[in-house]
Amino acid sequence: MLATLLTLLTAIIAAALLSFAPGALLALVLVLFLLWLAITRVGRQTWSVAQVGILTIPQRLGSSLVVVIGIAGVVGVLVAVLAMAEGFQAILKETGSDDSAIVMRAGSQTELNSVLDHDAIALIGQMPQVQRDSADVPIASPEIVVVAALPKKATGLDANVEIRGIGERAWPLHPKLKLTAGRKFNPGLRELVVGKGAHAQFAGLDVGANIKLGGQLWTVVGTFESGDAYDSELWGDFDVVGPAYHRGSTATSVTVRLTDPSAFDAFKAEIANDHRLKVDAKTTRAYYTDQSSRLSTGIRWLGFIVGTIMALGAVFGALNSMYAAVATRTREIATLRALGFRGLPVIVSILIETMLLAVAGGALGAAIAWLLFDNYTASTLGDNFSQVVFTFRVSPSLLWTGLKWALTIGFIGGLFPAVRAARMRVTDGLREL
Amino acid sequence: MKFLPLIFGALFRRKTRTIFTLLSIVAAFLLFGLLDSVRGAFASAGNSVAGVDRLMTISKISLTVQMPKSLLERISAVPGVKDVAYANWFGGIYQDPKNFFPNLAVSSNFFDLRPEWQLSAAELKAFHDTRTGAVVGAELAKRYGWKLGDKIPLEATIFPMKSGGNTWTFDLVGIFHQPDPKLRGEEGQMFFNWDYFDEARTLGNGYVGWYVERINDRNAAGTIAQAIDRIAENSDHETKTQTEAAFQANFVSQFGDIGLIVSAIIAAVFFTLILLTGNTMAQAVRERIPELAVLKTIGFSSRSVLLLVLAEAVLLIALGAAAGLALSTAIVASLKASGAQLPLLPVGGEIWLEGLGLSILIGLLVGALPARRGMRLRIVDALAGR
Amino acid sequence: MSALVEIRQLSKVYTRGKQKLEVLHHVDLDIPSGDFIALMGPSGSGKSTLLNLIGGLDSPTDGTITISGQRIDQLSENALARWRAATVGFVFQFYNLLPMLTARRNVELPLLLTRLSAEQRRRNAEVALQLVGLGDRATHKPGELSGGQQQRVAIARAIVSDPQLLVCDEPTGDLDRQSAEEVLGLLQQLNRDHGKTIIMVTHDPKAAGYASHTVHLDKGTLVDQPAAVPA
Repeated sequence: MLATLLTLLTAIIAAALLSFAPGALLALVLVLFLLWLAITRVGRQTWSVAQVGILTIPQRLGSSLVVVIGIAGVVGVLVAVLAMAEGFQAILKETGSDDSAIVMRAGSQTELNSVLDHDAIALIGQMPQVQRDSADVPIASPEIVVVAALPKKATGLDANVEIRGIGERAWPLHPKLKLTAGRKFNPGLRELVVGKGAHAQFAGLDVGANIKLGGQLWTVVGTFESGDAYDSELWGDFDVVGPAYHRGSTATSVTVRLTDPSAFDAFKAEIANDHRLKVDAKTTRAYYTDQSSRLSTGIRWLGFIVGTIMALGAVFGALNSMYAAVATRTREIATLRALGFRGLPVIVSILIETMLLAVAGGALGAAIAWLLFDNYTASTLGDNFSQVVFTFRVSPSLLWTGLKWALTIGFIGGLFPAVRAARMRVTDGLREL
Repeated sequence: MKFLPLIFGALFRRKTRTIFTLLSIVAAFLLFGLLDSVRGAFASAGNSVAGVDRLMTISKISLTVQMPKSLLERISAVPGVKDVAYANWFGGIYQDPKNFFPNLAVSSNFFDLRPEWQLSAAELKAFHDTRTGAVVGAELAKRYGWKLGDKIPLEATIFPMKSGGNTWTFDLVGIFHQPDPKLRGEEGQMFFNWDYFDEARTLGNGYVGWYVERINDRNAAGTIAQAIDRIAENSDHETKTQTEAAFQANFVSQFGDIGLIVSAIIAAVFFTLILLTGNTMAQAVRERIPELAVLKTIGFSSRSVLLLVLAEAVLLIALGAAAGLALSTAIVASLKASGAQLPLLPVGGEIWLEGLGLSILIGLLVGALPARRGMRLRIVDALAGR
Repeated sequence: MSALVEIRQLSKVYTRGKQKLEVLHHVDLDIPSGDFIALMGPSGSGKSTLLNLIGGLDSPTDGTITISGQRIDQLSENALARWRAATVGFVFQFYNLLPMLTARRNVELPLLLTRLSAEQRRRNAEVALQLVGLGDRATHKPGELSGGQQQRVAIARAIVSDPQLLVCDEPTGDLDRQSAEEVLGLLQQLNRDHGKTIIMVTHDPKAAGYASHTVHLDKGTLVDQPAAVPA
C-alpha cells in the first residue's frame, strides 16, 4: 500500500516536472542520467538489463505498437489543435506595430462599430505626436472598413470579407506589405487589391476579375502580401469605398505613424483631453493582439482538454502493454534478481524501454501533425464580423510540447509495471512459466 | 442470456487488464460525448425546424449594412407574407466586454413571429407599454441573476445616445423560455423596443438591420423570397431573402468547418482505441485458446465460439461506452448548470444512440480477428498447446 | 453384449511438411457397451490419437468408427460438435476447468447447449457434483480446490449431460497417489453403478488395474496380449 502511494507520488512529481521544467533543466537531467548509465556500476547493470528489454521489443511488436500508436494519437491531435491556436494568434500578433496607433470612436471594440466624422479625422492628423513626411504632411490614413459577402472557394457559400478603404498616406504605414501581382489601385477608381489570404479563400478574386459590390462593378487590379491580418482583406480607395457604401466622408478609424513608439502615451493623453474628440487610441499592435486573445484561448483550452482525456486513455493502454511486457519477462527478471541484481536497475531499465517507445510515439504523432497541418490554411469569423485567414503553425516549441506530453505518458505508463517487476519475489518469478 | 456468466468470466479473467482497457474506452467515449455535444450545438443552429416558415431579409451587400424602414410596407404587401418584423443589432456591453451576449432592438410584433417562445401575455403587454422595456431569455437572466423590475445598463459600442451618454439603461419587464432543449441557446439573448432605440440613437435613424417575415406556406418560401428581393432590385439597397434556417446555417459555417474538425479528432481517437483494444483482445484470446478448445470439446460449435468472443469484445466496449457517455452527460449537465457560456448541447438520446451504435461496431471490428482465430482452432492442437 | 464402439481398419496419417507419419495402422477394435478399458502403450504409440478419434475430436485418414450404430468418421465439424455434446464426456490430464467460473458453473457448461431451464441446469449440476462427492464445493473456483477435487469437478462436468461414453486422457497423470485412487474409484463406480462405458488412456499400470481389461498399443497397432497386471 505504502509502495503504491509512493509510486503514485513519484508519477505525479515526474509529470509536473516534465510539464513545467524548462528545457535546459531537462537536458541537464538527461545528460546526468546518460553519464550515470555509462560510468557507475549500477548504471552499467541497468543498461545491460535495458538492452535485453529493447532487443526483445520486436518479439512483442503488437503491444509495443500499442504504446507507440496510442501516444502518437495523443500528440498528433494535441499538436494539430495547438497549431491552429498558434497560427490564429500569430497572424494577429504580427499585425500592427508599436509606432503606429489606431484611433476609433470611444466605446468601439472593433473598427466595424466605429464612426469618425470629417472634422475628427482632420483633428487627429494635426496632433503633434503624428509624424510628418518630407512635404510636412502628417502620415495619417483615414480608413473605412465595410463587409461584403462573397462566395468561398471551398464551400461555394457566401462568407464575409473585409473591405478596407484606405487614404493615400496608408502605404508608408505598412512597410511589410508588398505587391505580388498587378499594381496598386488608382485613386478615384473602383479598383481593389486583394490580400493573399482572401485570394486563397474566396472565389473569383484573380487579377483582372470583376466583382459586384453594393450594386457596382469593381475590378481586381493586384494582389498583396504582408504576412499578417491584412492578408484577409480587400483594399480600395477611401474616397471611393465610403460613398459606395453610403458612408459619405466618414471613416471607421484613423491610423497614424507616431514620431516614436514612446510618443504613444502622450498621443493618447492629448486626444483624450481634446473636447472636440470622443475617441480612443491604441497602438495597432495592441489592437490586433486583443482581437486574437478570445478565440485562441478557446482553441487552446479545447486542445488541452481533448489532449488530457486522450492522454488518460493512452496511459491505460501503455500500462496494459508494459504490464504484459513485464509478465512475459517475469522469469528473466527473476533470474537477474537471483543473480544479485538489485531492484533499481530493473525499474530503470523498464522505464528506459517505455520512454523510448513513448519518444517514438511522440515523434510519430508530431511528424504526422506537422506533415498534415503545418501551413494548412483555414479561416474563421473574426471580431470584425468577417473572415480572418490564418495558417496552422507547427512550431518547434509545439513539437517540444508534444514530446513532453509523450514522455509524461510513457513515464507514468512504465513506472507502475516497473515497480511491480522489482518487487516480485524471486522464487515466485522463477516458478512462473 | 445464459452465456452471460461465461462472457463476464472471460472478461474479468485478468481484472487489471480489463479495467485498464475499460478506462481507455471510457476516455474515448467521454471525448466522443463532449465533442459531439459541441458539434451538435453548432449544427442545431442551422436546424431549427420552427424557422422554416420564417424568412429573413438582409442587405445584399452584407449583414452589417442597414436598410431603410420604408421597405416594411412594401414587404408586407407581398402575397404570402403574413407578418413582418424588423430588428437592429445593438452590440451593447454589460459591465465587461467579456460578458458577451446578443442584444437587439426589435419591432413590437417581434415576439408574435416567434410563437415557439414562451412569454406570458402580461409580460408581453408590459414590453409594449414600457418605452425602455426589455425582454431577456431565461438562461441569460439566470446567468446574471436578473429579476423582473431590474435595471440593466448597456454600454453602447455602435450607437451613442442623443442625450450625449454612452450608457443605455433598460427595464427588465419579461423573461421568455425556449422549451426545446436543443435550441436553449436562444435564451441567451436580450430584446428591447426598436421605437425607443431609433428615437434615442444619433445615427442610422430610420434604418433597420434586417426584416423577418412569417409566411403562409413554407413550400412557397422560394417564390416569396424572390418577390421580396424584387422590391429593392437595382436600388441602392438591394436585399437578399432566405429562410431563417438557411441564414443561420450559413452564418455558423463562417466560423469554419466545426463538424470536420470534430470528426477528425473523433476519428483519430477511435482509430487509436481500436488498435489499443484490438491488441488487448487478441492477447486475451491467445491466452485462452486452450479454454476455447475445451468448450469446443464439450460440444460448442465453431460458430458459438466465434459469437462468444465477439460478444465479449462488444460487451467490453459497450460497457466502456456507456460509462464514458454517462460521464459526458454529467459533465455537460453540470457545466450548463454552472451557467458557463459554452457551445454545448445536452448529451441526449441521439448522442447516446450514436455512441452505443459506434461501440457495437467497434466491438465487432475489434473482436473479428480474435474471434476468427477462436473459431478456426483445431481442438487436438490447441489442447496439446500447439 | 453388443459393441458400443466398432472400429474397422482405422488409420491416421499426419503430414508434417514433406514427412508423412502414420500414427495408427489398420486398427480393429470393438468395445462393448458398459465396458471399462484401459488403453496403454509407450509414448508415440498412438493411444492419444486413438482416444481423440473415438471422442470425435479428430477425423481418421482411413477406416470407420461406428459408435452406437452411428458412423462418426465422416461427420462434418458441426455435426461432430453436436454429437460430442450428446454422446461423449471428456476428462483431461490437466482438468481443463475454466478458472474464472465456480465449480457449479463449470459443471453446467455442457448444459448450456441444451434446452434446459436455468433452474434445471443448476439442479443437474448440483446432482453431478454430489455424485463426485463435492456437493459442498459448488461455489468454489478451481483455484480454491485441490488437484483431486478439480479432477472430480471435471468428471462431474463430463457426466452432467448423461453421455453413454466417457473418454479419459491420463486422468490421474497429474495427481498424487491418494487423489488418483479416489478418482479411479469414482470412474469404476460410474462404470459399475451407472453403466458408463469408459475408455481411459494411462501410463500407470496401477491405474489400468481399475479397468475391466487393458488394450495395448505399440507403433500404431494393437498388441494382441491380454493385460496381466492384477488390480
